[in-house]
Amino acid sequence: MTTILSTNALSKHYFHRDGLIMALDDVSISVSEGSFVTITGPSGSGKTTLLMALSGLIRPTSGKIYFKEQMLETDNDTALVEFRKRYTGFIMQNFSLIPYMTAIQNVMLPLSLNSISEESRKHRAVELLELAGLGNRMNHYPRELSAGQQQRVAIARALANKPAIIFADEPTGNLDPMLSVEILNFLKEINEKNRITIFMVTHSPAAGAYGNVSIKLRDGRIEN
Amino acid sequence: MKVIKLVWLELGQRKTQLMSGILAITLGISVIVAIRSISLVSEKAVAINLDNLGANIMVLPQGATIDNYYSADIDAPTIPEEYVERILTSSLQGVDNLSPKLTRRVDIGDYKFVLTGILPSNELASKPLWQSAGLFGAGLAASCGENPQNESLGYKDEKLQRKSIDSLAMADCLLGYSAAQKLGLKEGGVLTIMGNELKVARVLTETGTIDDDRVFAHLRSVQNILGIHDQVSAIEIMGCCNAISDGLLGQLRNILPDTRITTIGQIVSTQIKTNQLMNQISLIILIIILIVGGISIGNYMWANVNERRKEIGILRMIGFHKSSIYSMLLIKAVFMGVVGGLAGYLAGALIAWFLGPTLAGIIVVPIPLLLLYSVLLAAGIAVVGSLLPAYFASRFEPYSNMQEI
Repeated sequence: MTTILSTNALSKHYFHRDGLIMALDDVSISVSEGSFVTITGPSGSGKTTLLMALSGLIRPTSGKIYFKEQMLETDNDTALVEFRKRYTGFIMQNFSLIPYMTAIQNVMLPLSLNSISEESRKHRAVELLELAGLGNRMNHYPRELSAGQQQRVAIARALANKPAIIFADEPTGNLDPMLSVEILNFLKEINEKNRITIFMVTHSPAAGAYGNVSIKLRDGRIEN
Repeated sequence: MKVIKLVWLELGQRKTQLMSGILAITLGISVIVAIRSISLVSEKAVAINLDNLGANIMVLPQGATIDNYYSADIDAPTIPEEYVERILTSSLQGVDNLSPKLTRRVDIGDYKFVLTGILPSNELASKPLWQSAGLFGAGLAASCGENPQNESLGYKDEKLQRKSIDSLAMADCLLGYSAAQKLGLKEGGVLTIMGNELKVARVLTETGTIDDDRVFAHLRSVQNILGIHDQVSAIEIMGCCNAISDGLLGQLRNILPDTRITTIGQIVSTQIKTNQLMNQISLIILIIILIVGGISIGNYMWANVNERRKEIGILRMIGFHKSSIYSMLLIKAVFMGVVGGLAGYLAGALIAWFLGPTLAGIIVVPIPLLLLYSVLLAAGIAVVGSLLPAYFASRFEPYSNMQEI
């Protein structure tokens, strides 16, 4: 299996008035393409920090990140933006939708960053929203959608640019158990059908069970 | 979705904030457009009025007093008549007509009158007050007086068409209204001054000025009567107002360094000072607007940017570059500036139109050039005020939308 993302001695430190915080400490992982990776651990263990570092949202203090054996230029903002734009999709606990855009406009937003015609963007957005079961909610604003529907729009947006990896931070954190199962099943389906690698931060053991690779963190270090 | 569409969608989201931001620019621009419109039209009005007034520059000997423009030449020391030639041969721009005069108080009977020697064609060309006497010949128009803007600006003045008195003979005189009354003389009568007889060619209509007590005669005759040859008390010049503004007085002083050169005090000083004051006020207001407008927009942008921190974080997360965020906010600022500038121009032009007749006694028509300045100024203020917030926003981290770090 091809390695899609790996790290070598990845660390992230924060300076706080109480002292140095080691959010990530010497984390080395290697994840194969098509994996469904769950990142678990107690609160403050560094789960989200690891997710942000892997996705290029933050720069690690030290260590290397490799995407398909190419080292990410983590000191170069433009390179990180390009990495996020081309190869990643994001699903957040708070859905992270633009409030003044309709569902279809939110899904079209990442597509607008590429040289795709308006017609193609619209076609792709409609296709994804129908896949997410929101064919009849395309022109609804986020405030007009339920929490589950908003998360589905977020998933559709994450899929827009056909990413190699989806990073999900507590995607079911704001959903009731039934909706959580629905969303997790949807993610699993995407992972299996589209061979999209998923990194999902969760503190729920039930959600953790959906992954086939598990990373457990404690105090910024891999526990297992 | 282009950045510009993103801006457009966001504008519709926070209408109240947007309107208050635009209103701040609109108010500022409207005030400055109103003041500038009134002052610009007023400047043109002063220029036209000055041109219409006829002789507006007086060349006097150094020792002359100039408390009263119209009597400044009376009993003044003299200057050589040759100065007229000097001015004429200097090819100064803006000198339309010259009128050398020799003036002295003389006793005639029990009364004191002012005897003024004039060169007829020049004197009356620069003295519009006299045309009402109706005794003059060919028309003489001021070269800069025929301003096509006059009528459009409401300054139609028949005095622009002046007439000369070529017919004043060496032995003739013109009597001021009051002088004729006191001496009991009518047209055709004979006036004796210091043993010299002059025929009354015409009695002038009442003007209410010192001219009513004057006796006008040919300059050569007066020089002979007074025994002051080749000398004059003053040279009146009809100069274009624009030329005066452009330094005609200074040029005259260079040519005639031992003279005192003055202009019509009330008009040139007061009205031009009023215009200068309005210009200074508009400059002060411009500076205040630049500062207050910039701060208002900056403040609005800071609030907007902070409110949109999460949204900007989302855009950065999905792949928007810092430059795109920066552009997005500056495009918004330009939009606000353009709309505020347009609205400010319209409001300012309306204010000027309403208040112009009351404040400056003039009809103010909209000045299209101010529209361009308004839009550019407003957009400039908005952009400058937004530079820092936009820069700040562009540096938001892409995880700004996340709950925890």
